[in-house]
Amino acid sequence: MNAKAEIRRKRGPGRPPKTVVSGVGDMLPTEELLAVYRDMLLIRRFEEKAGQLYGMGQIGGFCHLYIGQEAVVVGLQSASQPGDTVVTSYRDHGHMLACGMEPSGVMAELTGREGGYSRGKGGSMHMFSREKNFFGGHGIVGAQVPIGVGLAFSHKYKAQPNVCITYLGDGAVNQGQVYESFNMAALWDLPVVFVIENNQYGMGTKVTRAAAGRALADRGMAYGILGKQVDGMNVLAVRTAALEALAHCREGKGPYILEMKTYRYRGHSMSDPAKYRTREEVDAMRRQHDPIDHIRELLKCQNVDDVRLKDLDSEVKAMVTAATEFAQTSPEPDPSELFTDILLPLTDARLIAKA
Amino acid sequence: MAIEIRMPALSPTMEEGTLAKWLVAEGDDVRSGDVIAEIETDKATMEVEAIEDGKVGQIFVVAGTQNVKVNTPIAVLLQDDETVSDIEAQPAPNLAPGPIEVQKPLEPEHSDRSRKMPSVSVQPPIADEAEWNGSSTALTVRESLRDAMAEEMRRDKNVFVMGEEVAEYQGAYKVTQGLLDEFGPKRVIDTPITEQGFAGLGVGAAFGELRPVIEFMTFNFAMQAIDQIINSAAKTLYMSGGQMGCPIVFRGPNGAASRVAAQHSQCFASWYAHCPGLKVVAPYSAADAKGLLKAAIRDPNPVIFLENEVLYGQSFDVPDNDDWLVPIGKAKIMCEGSDVTIVAFSIMVGRALEAADHLAEQGISAEVIDLRSIRPVDSVTIVESVKKTSRLVTCEEGFPFAGIGAEIAMQVMERAFDWLDAPIMRVTGKDVPMPYAANLEALALPKIGDIVTAVRTTCDGFKGQG
Repeated sequence: MNAKAEIRRKRGPGRPPKTVVSGVGDMLPTEELLAVYRDMLLIRRFEEKAGQLYGMGQIGGFCHLYIGQEAVVVGLQSASQPGDTVVTSYRDHGHMLACGMEPSGVMAELTGREGGYSRGKGGSMHMFSREKNFFGGHGIVGAQVPIGVGLAFSHKYKAQPNVCITYLGDGAVNQGQVYESFNMAALWDLPVVFVIENNQYGMGTKVTRAAAGRALADRGMAYGILGKQVDGMNVLAVRTAALEALAHCREGKGPYILEMKTYRYRGHSMSDPAKYRTREEVDAMRRQHDPIDHIRELLKCQNVDDVRLKDLDSEVKAMVTAATEFAQTSPEPDPSELFTDILLPLTDARLIAKA
Repeated sequence: MAIEIRMPALSPTMEEGTLAKWLVAEGDDVRSGDVIAEIETDKATMEVEAIEDGKVGQIFVVAGTQNVKVNTPIAVLLQDDETVSDIEAQPAPNLAPGPIEVQKPLEPEHSDRSRKMPSVSVQPPIADEAEWNGSSTALTVRESLRDAMAEEMRRDKNVFVMGEEVAEYQGAYKVTQGLLDEFGPKRVIDTPITEQGFAGLGVGAAFGELRPVIEFMTFNFAMQAIDQIINSAAKTLYMSGGQMGCPIVFRGPNGAASRVAAQHSQCFASWYAHCPGLKVVAPYSAADAKGLLKAAIRDPNPVIFLENEVLYGQSFDVPDNDDWLVPIGKAKIMCEGSDVTIVAFSIMVGRALEAADHLAEQGISAEVIDLRSIRPVDSVTIVESVKKTSRLVTCEEGFPFAGIGAEIAMQVMERAFDWLDAPIMRVTGKDVPMPYAANLEALALPKIGDIVTAVRTTCDGFKGQG
């Protein structure tokens, strides 16, 4: 690599962010801080358990854990309002829990059981809850982005005061349909926040080896979409940025991009030997930037005592244990389910044969 | 409580592995996330992390052990003040689901099959087309498609039309002419040239309980969007356990036009018909185009609506009825006959009818069936006809390999084999990319004469020698 290319590489998406929302100065009242702490802890414990069940062969297929990234979705969802919609890719367990979906239903889907959100027919990557406005859970990298723009289109069409929060990874930002989506969202001022969860690696490829040019937050610049880089390991910074972005959309000013600088501790999926990064790099993030440890420290500073924190730990652990039990005891789907849910029955009486 | 650490499965297919190395020893404290061991699978060396804080109590499987089965206890982790003596020997519970019994083949709820066949879908029976005894007006296919959209947009405010040049330009083929004037730019939306993007946007809008009609300028360009059509529109209902209906219509001209060569001349009927979760419609007449498009817009499922540019300007009698519906999934017998059944769809129906006229002159009575719907296909009507005629010729403009004719031939063989008196014949486009040169293009497309020849071949030696 020549010197110029080396400089370009260093200036690439991995460069230090220019407009980082740091979260310094952002604070929440103790009870709200406890709530985001609990939400992040639930995701962490849930994912640890999912990893364990995968190891035991009870979860099959692909399983992408969210451990390390908890602050992103918890910060975003803490800023959302009822009726806002959410769509994401296949690293989706944390998003579902943050949307208020039941851990038992999510875990039972992972084990492929009748009690799962998709009744065992979707698995880890394909889960949905209309009730909680969670629209998946999509397995094709980038494909959720136009869908998110479509959900935003429906909010605007129906004059709803809502926003679609569309999550994508640093791997997805190089898919063409993401730019098709940026263009249409900006052209028609659609209320969508694109949350780029930049965890530094698209599977085994470091973002600097995959993404040319400026920071990912700037990827909407050509379309006039505002973008901001945010410390995605700091739930308070995420929340502050989310409130600003969501307000922008709700005011009818069109889309907004938030690049969350985050990190996943586990492999891309369970079957990732993770030889593309050092153990030291992972450990350093864990020890120095863990989003849960960060809030735990803040809570201690706010004089929340150890007993309260320990109770919270136990409460979360009990939820995950209960979810696991449900996921292990819920029956497999009935064989007749093989042929259901392929097409919805017709509703127009004139199109159905009379009995 | 002490926690057993078991040999983990580290990929969807792993059954056993080598415990290559322990990175902790008995008595060591570990934190959740610490690497405690390395395991070699057939693909890679993987690290095993502790999933809880604790102290390594005992290691059961020594480093270097090969062929350790997944789920074998390999160590135990002690918590709080536990000691090794607290560990009770516990048999490994088998929590994984057991082997699945072989099930008997499943039947759909409304099976119409004469023999036991594996099911393809569960759907209520489809109504027959309503009879129309009222007045009719001659309209082009183009006008009837426009009327269908306009009527449904008047009826349901959630219906909108989106695509390239559908609004201000009035449609690349003028199918959406006048819609912008009546419904305004909120509901008739010009898109950038961005097929994958607006197809996906349409899917999201349908999830958001709107009823999008997405026009592709031609279905050739929908290949840019086929991931959204198949993976997002067709499969999500199933993958969501029935929560995520996607009421969307993808429509536009399909098949060969004239002298536009390979990338702009292709029939996609078999591509889309292959996939569960989609309905596929390909009308011939203007009345069917209108009735089927209205049914497609009211359908709670994604519908692929294949039009034909050559047919747009052809006129047919259309019922004077702004509520004219043609059920998806019902074929139409265009002319009755007794010697041979000819099955066709879209533009090939016209050629089949002309072929039937020629055959009648030669003493062969052909029954022509317009499929109208490719999926669900009305195999009942086809099979009943074959039971009468004992011969079948299928017609399509698409390629022969794995085409619609192949599927129909198979269904007829499954369900009417004993009634067949001759091998089924296919009339298709030639198995080549569409050439540009006028003479070569003419050779590539299926013509009336090809149908006559195919019918004569199936009848040869049996009857009807003219």
